[in-house]
Amino acid sequence: MTNKITIENLNVYFSATHAIKNVSLDVPQNRVTAIIGPSGCGKSTLLRSINRMHDMIPSARVTGSIILDDTDIYGRSSNPVLIRRRVGMVFQKPNPFPAMSIHDNVIAGYKLSGRLNRGDADEIVESSLKRVALWDEVKDRLKTSAMNLSGGQQQRLCIARTIAVKPDVILMDEPASALDPLSTLKIEELIEELKDKYTIVIVTHNMQQAARVSDITAFFYLGELIETGGTRKMFTNPEKKQTEDYITGRFG
Amino acid sequence: MNGMVARSLKNGVMMLLMGTATLLVLTPLVLIFVHIVREGAGSINLDFFTNIPNPPGESGGGMANGLVGSAVILFMASLIGIPTGIFGALYLSEYEGHRLAQVIRFSADVLAGVPSIITGLVAYTLIVVPMHGFSAVAGAVALGLIIIPIVLRTTEEQLKMVPGTLREASLALGVPFWRTTLQVTLRSALKGIITGILLSIARVAGETAPLLFTALGNQFWSSKLTEPMAALPLQIFNFAISPYEDWHRLAWAGALVLVVIMFGISLVARFFGRERSMG
Amino acid sequence: MNRFDTNRMEAIVSHEEQLRDTVSAGGFSGDRIFRMITLGFALSIILILLLITIGMAVESIPALKQFGWRFITGANWDAVQGRFGALPYIWGSIVSSLLAIVAATPLAVGTALFITEIAPKKLGGAIASLVELLAAIPSVIYGLWGILVMIPWLQQTVEPFLVDHFGFLPFFRGAPYGVGMLAAVMIIMIMIIPIITSITKEVLLTVPVSQKEAAVALGATTWETIRMAVLPYGRSGILGAVVLGLGRAIGETMAVTMVIGNTPQISLSLLDPAYTMPSVIANEFAEASSNLHSSALMEIGLILLVMTLLINITARFLIWGVARQGAAGGRI
Repeated sequence: MTNKITIENLNVYFSATHAIKNVSLDVPQNRVTAIIGPSGCGKSTLLRSINRMHDMIPSARVTGSIILDDTDIYGRSSNPVLIRRRVGMVFQKPNPFPAMSIHDNVIAGYKLSGRLNRGDADEIVESSLKRVALWDEVKDRLKTSAMNLSGGQQQRLCIARTIAVKPDVILMDEPASALDPLSTLKIEELIEELKDKYTIVIVTHNMQQAARVSDITAFFYLGELIETGGTRKMFTNPEKKQTEDYITGRFG
Repeated sequence: MNGMVARSLKNGVMMLLMGTATLLVLTPLVLIFVHIVREGAGSINLDFFTNIPNPPGESGGGMANGLVGSAVILFMASLIGIPTGIFGALYLSEYEGHRLAQVIRFSADVLAGVPSIITGLVAYTLIVVPMHGFSAVAGAVALGLIIIPIVLRTTEEQLKMVPGTLREASLALGVPFWRTTLQVTLRSALKGIITGILLSIARVAGETAPLLFTALGNQFWSSKLTEPMAALPLQIFNFAISPYEDWHRLAWAGALVLVVIMFGISLVARFFGRERSMG
Repeated sequence: MNRFDTNRMEAIVSHEEQLRDTVSAGGFSGDRIFRMITLGFALSIILILLLITIGMAVESIPALKQFGWRFITGANWDAVQGRFGALPYIWGSIVSSLLAIVAATPLAVGTALFITEIAPKKLGGAIASLVELLAAIPSVIYGLWGILVMIPWLQQTVEPFLVDHFGFLPFFRGAPYGVGMLAAVMIIMIMIIPIITSITKEVLLTVPVSQKEAAVALGATTWETIRMAVLPYGRSGILGAVVLGLGRAIGETMAVTMVIGNTPQISLSLLDPAYTMPSVIANEFAEASSNLHSSALMEIGLILLVMTLLINITARFLIWGVARQGAAGGRI
C-alpha cells in the first residue's frame, strides 16, 4: 500500500487561532480515508489544506508540508491551480453552477479555465455522468438547468464535475450531510466504486458512514490527530480512551 | 383611571401629529408631480422631440438637441464610471479584509457625498482648462465622477451576495482565481449589478450643476465632443429662469420628459432586479 | 520534489508570501495581473478624492494669498474692483440649510414613524415608495416648480400675510419679493425631507421587535412604545440621517439658485433675497472675469467641500454606530 499523500507536521492558523496542531498523517492510494471528530475539531480545515483552499483567506497561515506523490503542495514552486486539478473537492451542500446547464456543469472545470476542446466535451460529459450513475437519469435533458435536479442528483453531478477534470485525489467534505437517506446510500455506493481509480479523503460527522465507506479512519479532537488506523480496528478496538469515548457516543 | 385617560389622550394627540406631518410632507410632493404632469403634458408635441429651441418670442420649438446631448454625455459618463465602479468593487469584495479595502470603501462613501457642483469644478480644472474650452467630454467626466461611487457600492453589495460555495466550487476545479472572479462571481451577480448601473444612470440623468461649466449647453446642434453640447437639464434650467412664457412651457415639457425617462430607466432596472430574485 | 527534505518546518509562509512565491515561479500570473487591474481601479477612487481636494486647494491659492482670513470675514464681493469677501455666501448657506433642517426634521421623523409604527403595512409601503420616488426627482425640476409655482404663491399670499401680521419681527421685514431666503428654506426643506425620511425609516426598521414587545407588554400605548423603545434605540441613526440631510442641503445648488434671489447680503429678514456658496459658483464660474475671480470661486468651493466632508464623515460614523448595534443597518 503506497501513500498518495503524506502530511508532515502540519499547522494551520487563522489569525491567532491555532486550528490544526502539528498533524502528521499518511493517506494511502486507492483507499478511502475517513476523518471523524466532533464539530470544530478541525476536520474540514485539514481537508481544505490538502487542496490549498485556505489561500483565499488572508488571515490563514500554513506551516509544515503536505506531499502529494513527491511534490510538496506548499513548496515554493507549486501552483495551487495545478494542485487543485489533481486534488478535486466535493462540498457539504451540492453547489452546481446555477447559470449553467447540466452538460456545462460537468465540463465547467475546462470551460471556466478556457481549455476546452469542443470535440472532447460530449465524450467527457457522457463518461463522467456514467461514472456517477447519473447518465440514464439526465441524458435527455442535458441542456436544462442543473438547478432542476434533486439534491442527491445535484451532488452526484458535482462529483461528476470533479472527476471530469481527471484528478488523482477527491476530497469530500461531509458530502451526504444535506441529503436524504436514499441519496446518501447512493453517494456511499459511489464512493465505494470510485476508490479503484481515485484516492478519497472524506470528512464526516456520521460515524456509521465512516464505518461503512472507509478503509482508514483518523480521529481528530481540538485540532489534534488523536488516533489513526484501519477502520475496523478503530471502531472495535481503539487504542486511545478519547477515541473510544467518541465512538461509543460518550461525547461530541 | 384618570392617568389612563390622560395617557390615551396624549397618545391620540401624538398619532394625530404624526399623521399631520405625513400629510404636510406629501402635499408639496404630490403638488410637484401634478404640476409637472399637467403643465408638461400641455406643452409636449412632436416639435419638442424634433426641433431645437426657437429664439425667445417665437412660439414652438423643442429640445431635441438637449435630448440627444444628454444621451451622448450620459453614454460617455457611463464609459468612465461603470468600469471603474465594477473593477473597484471586484477589488473590494474579492480582496476583502485588507486594510486598503477599508480606506477605499470609506473614500467612496466620502466621494458620494461631495456636492455635484464640486465635481463640475474638478472637471473644469482637469478638462476644460487644458483643452481651452467647454466640451461634452468635460461634462461626461463630471458625471462619470458621480457615477463611480454609486456603481462601486451597489456592485460590491451584489458581489457579496454571491454565495462563497460557488467561488469554492470553481477554485476546487482548478480554475484560476481571476477566471473564477470574472466568470463565476461577477456573472452570478450580473443582473443585480445591471440594476445598480441603470439606477445610477437614472440618477445622474437629471444632474445639472456639474454641466454648467463643463458641457455648458448649446442653443444649436453640436457635432463635436470637444465643443459645448446641449443637455436636457441645462435647457430646463435656462428656460425656467428666462422671462418668456413660451420658454417656460418648454421647460415644463422638458421636466416631464426628463422625469418620464428617469422613471422609465428605474422601472427597467427594477424589472431586472425582480427577474433576478425569481431565478 | 524532494520529499526527504526535513527542513520544511521553517517554511512558515503567509498568504501574501505564498502568492508572491508562486508568482515568481511563473505560477499564476493571470491572478497577479487581475489583482493589479482591480487594485488600480480601486485606487483611482482615492486618487479622485485627492485630486478634488488638492486641485481645488491649488486653484484657490491666488485668492488665499490675496485675502487670507479676510476672505471669510469680508462681506464685499466686487468682481469689477477685484475685492472678494465670501461671508454673505457662507451666511446664506448656513442659515438656509440650518433653517431647512430644523423645519424638515420633525416632519421627516414624524412621517418615518407614521410609515413604520402606525400606518397599516400597505399604506405605509405606498407612502414609503412615493417618498422614494420623490427623492429621485432632480434638483432642477424642484427649482422649476419653485420659480414658477411656489414663488408666485409666496409673493402673493404668504409673504403679505407674514408682513401684515408679523412685520414687527425683524425676520419678516421688507417687501414681498417672492424670491429670497424663505423660498430657499422651503425648497431645500421639500427636497431633503424624502432623504431624511427614507434613511430614518431604514434605521427604525432595525429596532428589534423584542424591544417594542417589551414596552407593549408593560401596557404602553403606541406613543409610549415609540418614546420608550423605538426612539432611544434609533437615536444616533436618526441623528445621522439628519446630518446627512444637512450635507445634502448645504451642497444643494440648482433649486436654491433658482429661488433665493442671488443677492450677496446678510439680512435677518427671511423675505430678503440672499445667496449661497454653490449658487454663486453656479452663476459666476463660467463667466468669471479674472483669474482672481475664478480663484475666489474655487476657494468658496473648497470651503463648501471641507464643510460637506466634515458633515458626511460625522453622519457615516453616526449611522455606522447603528448598523453595528442592529447588525442590519441601512443601505447607506
